[in-house]
Amino acid sequence: MSGEVWTLAEVRGGKIHSVSRELLAWGRELADDSDRPLASVVIGSCVTDKAQELIASGADKIYIVDDPALLEFRPDAVLDALAELVEDYRPSILIASATTRGRTIMPMLSAKLGCGLTADCTELRIEPQTKRLIQTRPAIGGNVMADIKTKGRDPQMCTVRPKSRHPLASDETRKGEVIRVRAPESALDSVFRYIGFEPERSVGLPIQEAELIVAGGKGMKNAKNFAKLSELASLLGGTVGASRMAVDLGWAPYSAQVGLSGKSVTPRVYLAFGISGAVQHVAGMSGAETVIAVNTDAEAPIFRVADLGIQGDAMEVLNALIEAVKAKKK
Amino acid sequence: MKIAVLVKQVPAVDTVKIDEKTGTMIRDGVEAELNPLDLHAVEAAVRIKESRPVGTTEITAVTMGPPLAKKAARYAISMGCDKGTLLSAREFGGSDTLATARTLAASLKKIGPFDLYFAGERATDGETGQVGPAAAEFLGVPVFTYVSGITELDDKKIRVERSIEGGHETIECDLPAFVIPVKEMNVPRLCTLGGKLKAKATEIDVCGPAELGLKEDETGLKGSATQVVNVTYPKVTRQGRRIVATRSFSEAIEAVTDILAAKGFMEASR
Repeated sequence: MSGEVWTLAEVRGGKIHSVSRELLAWGRELADDSDRPLASVVIGSCVTDKAQELIASGADKIYIVDDPALLEFRPDAVLDALAELVEDYRPSILIASATTRGRTIMPMLSAKLGCGLTADCTELRIEPQTKRLIQTRPAIGGNVMADIKTKGRDPQMCTVRPKSRHPLASDETRKGEVIRVRAPESALDSVFRYIGFEPERSVGLPIQEAELIVAGGKGMKNAKNFAKLSELASLLGGTVGASRMAVDLGWAPYSAQVGLSGKSVTPRVYLAFGISGAVQHVAGMSGAETVIAVNTDAEAPIFRVADLGIQGDAMEVLNALIEAVKAKKK
Repeated sequence: MKIAVLVKQVPAVDTVKIDEKTGTMIRDGVEAELNPLDLHAVEAAVRIKESRPVGTTEITAVTMGPPLAKKAARYAISMGCDKGTLLSAREFGGSDTLATARTLAASLKKIGPFDLYFAGERATDGETGQVGPAAAEFLGVPVFTYVSGITELDDKKIRVERSIEGGHETIECDLPAFVIPVKEMNVPRLCTLGGKLKAKATEIDVCGPAELGLKEDETGLKGSATQVVNVTYPKVTRQGRRIVATRSFSEAIEAVTDILAAKGFMEASR
């Protein structure tokens, strides 16, 4: 079978981001099921030493475009570098993470190459007879799962939701081929002027990447109560999330909003305090592995999507939980 | 300054209910509305117009869909846009994100060029977020995605703040530029009665594939590169355990810590 399976690796702050290793886990399965090699593409500055880490996580081959001009994320530069690689090596499949970067570059690449693109997939597989890629994605807030096939010109492309799969165990003995590619001239002449980055002072990982989310809604009653959620989140190594109502009331930043007009999240545990569970909110969190909901209202729709529902006062339960976790961790 | 805003009509999610038995969404009788995330794009454009001398800025709302989607363009006009264009034809039906972006870009080339282009982050029905960046690439215009604020704008250049994982970055380029706001950027205004009357009186231009110079294999189903081959309706409901805290408080707390422990969140190192 000609044409490799490619994953687009992401380097942030000088490190391979964990979503890139998740992509390799998907890629490994697709490559094995279609008898193709698995390659990963790294575009950035000072990234050449990252190759072995990606090989240990499942890649057979690494394409590296390493240039100081690619230190910051400039969409036109990354696009030109990636498009040239694709044109030169013609992969059969190209998958990227559904991060802000992946969701910016991939649609542009789709337009530039005239290739199809599927957004935010949660499941990928190879159709046995045709060896074509079947991409599954939730739509209409997770109420519909659509299987999508790419027709026309390869590569078959999609973005994959973070946390949709565990990375493979790292195997340092794995060997792979490293191919260095020069950045095209156009990539070194970006129209963007990068000014700077201001990190957000918040607890834990970005919400889309969090393993555990402690989320709150209107039932938290006020900003002071809401702030208490971060105490539990930091004790558990999680991130604070919020319903639209809590964000609109100014208790949490928009970056914490879960739901249709916020982020879709897929943590291993989602704790919902004082969130009623409107359709829009559930759309953003129904992909969580385990859902624990606390609400005073016995009829709150959040209980319908909860694995454990606690009917009671959100603050009382939150305070008791903080104490219980503290006691157990001592 | 000429500004274009891409908008889309979507089913109003507020009116959607969940079928108790099947756990799936009931879509019958659902009303249509302007995509909530597009409101932030319209608002951003209107604020720019208001910040400039009267009569120097014109905003065109562009939408694609069935004839009824004129309503989406009209809503944008009621918020402060000046003109509306609807791309509507049988040939456009079944367009995926690539075909939609190509079609929209063709119309923007035809009625443009513009100095600034806006689009919503994603539509609440398709939820792909792909049309904006792809349209920008078809236009050959630099794109800023996930924009939380425009910090500087003059006739030559634009500087924006982007809301990305872990913080905000600041980046700029010369005009023209394509801006895709996130909800964080602004609070969209409610439309006034005057705005509604103006929208009602505004003629919406309707465009088909011939006017856009699009070939048969460039738009609609034939111009699409992805194809839905199967659809399933997963149950969103879970049959969970329920504990009433007023009756058995300690049991409730223990049930939570048990789950947390089983998932490895209770280790001292975390």
